[in-house]
Amino acid sequence: MPEVTYLRPENIQDAVQLYRTTPGCRLLAGGTDLMVMLHAGTLRPQPRAVLDVWSLRELKGVRRVGDALEIGAAESYTGIIRSADANRYVPALVAAARTIGAAQIQNRGTLGGNLANASPAGDTLPVLLAYDAVVVTDRRTIRIDNFFLGYRKTALQADELITAVRVPLDRDVVFRKVGTRAAQAISKIVMAVCRAPARVAVGSVAEVPMRAGGAERALAEGDVAGAVGAVAADIRPIDDVRSTADYRRAVTQNVLRELLDAFTRE
Amino acid sequence: MRFTLNGRSVTYEASGARRLLDVLREDLGATGTKEGCGEGECGACSVLIDGEVVDSCLVAVGQVEGCEVVTVEGLAEGTELSALQQAFINYGAAQCGICTPGMLLAAHVLLQRPDRLSADDVREGLAGNLCRCTGYTKIIEAVLSCRK
Repeated sequence: MPEVTYLRPENIQDAVQLYRTTPGCRLLAGGTDLMVMLHAGTLRPQPRAVLDVWSLRELKGVRRVGDALEIGAAESYTGIIRSADANRYVPALVAAARTIGAAQIQNRGTLGGNLANASPAGDTLPVLLAYDAVVVTDRRTIRIDNFFLGYRKTALQADELITAVRVPLDRDVVFRKVGTRAAQAISKIVMAVCRAPARVAVGSVAEVPMRAGGAERALAEGDVAGAVGAVAADIRPIDDVRSTADYRRAVTQNVLRELLDAFTRE
Repeated sequence: MRFTLNGRSVTYEASGARRLLDVLREDLGATGTKEGCGEGECGACSVLIDGEVVDSCLVAVGQVEGCEVVTVEGLAEGTELSALQQAFINYGAAQCGICTPGMLLAAHVLLQRPDRLSADDVREGLAGNLCRCTGYTKIIEAVLSCRK
């Protein structure tokens, strides 16, 4: 591995400036994705520097801002799990955070990293879609449904830095992940559903974390069976090492039925 | 840069982008920490940073500036094994031994919690540490024995 320069800015202003002016620079937060790729030498182009934002105070914390909960981009999943406000106002996000990796990964993984990495299997991403979350960057806000443009491609500009995520309070969102085991599993499918407004968001079933439009339209009319039928046509699953397209289609329908039943039973 | 390793202050001069795992093993001679997968899946390289368990293969050494790092070498007091380490011996909780340092550190964190520990709590707390030998039963028994 060629020598990579390590940069640790003192504050967000310095971070933004360094990110803008350092060629071949990648952001580093908890390292759960980047350090693996950096060590394996699989990043293209090869980074010449990493900019460590992990300990920036401005990117930490969970706080109420108006009618949203604002979560710092570099706050850890453990920090979200321990936050009384997160448990009270965005419990589905806490539920998702608890399914990510195990203690070691929850202690380091961040929402900003999950968003920027933009894996189709990112476990918090369907939840953020179901909540209509807003991504806050150093220069603007981006609605979550405009954020994922293609396979691991986001709306972020090359030198744009995620600072926080805003999640509306008190939405009725439920979450379910299906993997090979309870911990340390990359999802075969992952889903979050909001009752009103109707949102059906699914991961690991397309090149991006996606909303299922047909299922949402049926759900908005209270047509549960229609939503379960429609979701199979909404998604674009593939066969890969973790599962098959057929399995994912069937399980997506089953999980949606189960989550919608949970609403009906309330 | 400086950080604390098992209670002793250490200084480090080379690139901050290197993995904490490599610096511990290659520069500081703390070879108790093992490399398994190198991808954050197996937990063999678990260490504590400021009391929280992390995979040292995922941490850039620059990120521990000013932090307290504890490795398996830091669990014993002098030549006296910790109660948890002794329990692993008594219960036969180690076979090949590669996962053991990471298991001990993840279990050490669990045992800092004041609340009661069930077998399921231990399974969840150790879910990030894979063992291919023991089937986990002896490990769970060893950890729970420290609470009796």
